[in-house]
Amino acid sequence: MIRREHWSRKWFLIANYLFLTGLSLTMLLPFLNVIAQSFSGAAAIDRGDVMFWPVDFTLNYYQYVFDDVSIWRAFGITVYITVLGTLINLAATSSLAYPLSRTEYVGRKYVLLFVLMTMIFTAPLIPQFILMREIHLVNTLWALMIPTAISAFNLIVLRSFFVQIPTELIDSARIDGCGEMRILWSLMLPLSKPALATVGIFYSVTNWNKYMDALYYLNERGLYPLQVKLRELLINDDLVDTGNLPFDIASQSVQGVQMAVILVATLPIIMLYPFMQRYFIKGMLIGSIKS
Amino acid sequence: MFGFMWKYRTLYLISIPGILYFLVFKYLPLLGSVIAFQNYNLFAGFSGSPWVGLEHFERMFQHYDFIRILKNTLMLGLLDILIAFTAPIILALLLNEIRLVLYKKIIQTVVYAPHFLSWVIVSGIFTGMLSPSSGIVNVILGWFGVEPIYFLGENSFIRTILVGSGLWRDVGWGTIIYLAALTGINPELYEASEMDGAGRWKQTLKITIPALLPVITVLFLLKIGDFMDYGFERVFVFQNPLNITNSEILDTYIYKAGLKQMQYSYATAIGLFKSVVGLFLLVIANTLSRKATGESLY
Repeated sequence: MIRREHWSRKWFLIANYLFLTGLSLTMLLPFLNVIAQSFSGAAAIDRGDVMFWPVDFTLNYYQYVFDDVSIWRAFGITVYITVLGTLINLAATSSLAYPLSRTEYVGRKYVLLFVLMTMIFTAPLIPQFILMREIHLVNTLWALMIPTAISAFNLIVLRSFFVQIPTELIDSARIDGCGEMRILWSLMLPLSKPALATVGIFYSVTNWNKYMDALYYLNERGLYPLQVKLRELLINDDLVDTGNLPFDIASQSVQGVQMAVILVATLPIIMLYPFMQRYFIKGMLIGSIKS
Repeated sequence: MFGFMWKYRTLYLISIPGILYFLVFKYLPLLGSVIAFQNYNLFAGFSGSPWVGLEHFERMFQHYDFIRILKNTLMLGLLDILIAFTAPIILALLLNEIRLVLYKKIIQTVVYAPHFLSWVIVSGIFTGMLSPSSGIVNVILGWFGVEPIYFLGENSFIRTILVGSGLWRDVGWGTIIYLAALTGINPELYEASEMDGAGRWKQTLKITIPALLPVITVLFLLKIGDFMDYGFERVFVFQNPLNITNSEILDTYIYKAGLKQMQYSYATAIGLFKSVVGLFLLVIANTLSRKATGESLY
């Protein structure tokens, strides 16, 4: 009996290791396929020869991508809304999270409830759009930064961190004559660097990936962020497959160009990922437990 | 009390911009939803537009397309709960059985990664892999003599693609909470049951899953509240004229009817309907869960 148990356990473990390795490969191989295609010759891609290693190595697609001013422009806009947007996010979120973390703030429970309600019941799209139009944010880059200034989830992550900071520290700072602003700026924020990093990562990934808001609030092509530009380039593939419209870059592979753009747009995230990992798991946990 | 509040007035001052933000960007549009009961006109505004009662809601349910779109939305919501909700639980249990720390770390690093990609990128990768001319999936199928299939160009595949791409992107991410809950289980429980001769499978059923149940319940309730919110981006990026019959959901329809065709009041009525149904489902599920398991959100 014990022996049988032992064997079935062994088989389970082997199967489990195989399964999880296979699963990781399904996460990784599509990436490798993208990378391989972005460096492969047009003919090889069209024949379906390219798997996970470049065939007929070429840098043509990257050349095309780097020569296209509109891609650069979109890239610049995305960098801009990611940097400025995340700064706005952090300033707005911490300035609300700090008071809500203090017992001296009478009525903080109600304010928290008022914030949490917005997670459960959201306003329909059109009234949001009309609001944006009324306050003249439509067709400005502010439309990608202001309406998403505070996420309730991140607010709660940051607040939970502020709550953990011992009150004695705040009290002694106050005895030294520090005002609330000073306490927030030179005590709470420096002490909360890990929490700010966590929240900052969540915000910057969201800002970098912003697509829907741009679709809703921007009509001017010159303002399109990278994701919208990328989507435009990708749609051409459907058109080719349905036989509607050929991409007009002679002797280039549409797919090759698309894969190159995908890689360029993902590279910043891939590069930052190893540094991010330390923080996001913690933030994820605090946020979901509290909410 | 007011003296106390005055003493800490800076705290209140600091909080004002944040509260204003929620008022203006979250609550004001909620009030603006009244246009669902009007024939809203951009130039006439809220006060100048005529009231029409429930006309838009009636029109909604008489509209043949709307019923189909609602069905698509519910269908995806259901698949989402059946597959995308349960998969991370199973994956977390499997990861929990891994004893080699480094191996576990590597797997986690890999499976969390796709979550950080935008839906545009995800659709780009999937469209590339599924392409009939050069996609890797069709190349592999070709080895077995299968003719190339234009997966994204058929209504019959689109739900599988939507659910599959969602699983690819988020299954790993979904395990984080469960893995944390698993590390919180007292190891003595396992040791004691081992003395009693319980095998690993029995331990999983009797110790591990009951320990996860509170977390599962809470996440399940939140998921029910989001039943109608499959997500705009993740569907929109996969849509094309050939798969639209099965891929149009309420969110994408609201965008097209509202912002593209400027049927402001009609699109708001649909949005309001969606939010109310979501809230309703959440309340029902919460009540049921409180009665059955004692777990609830509020």
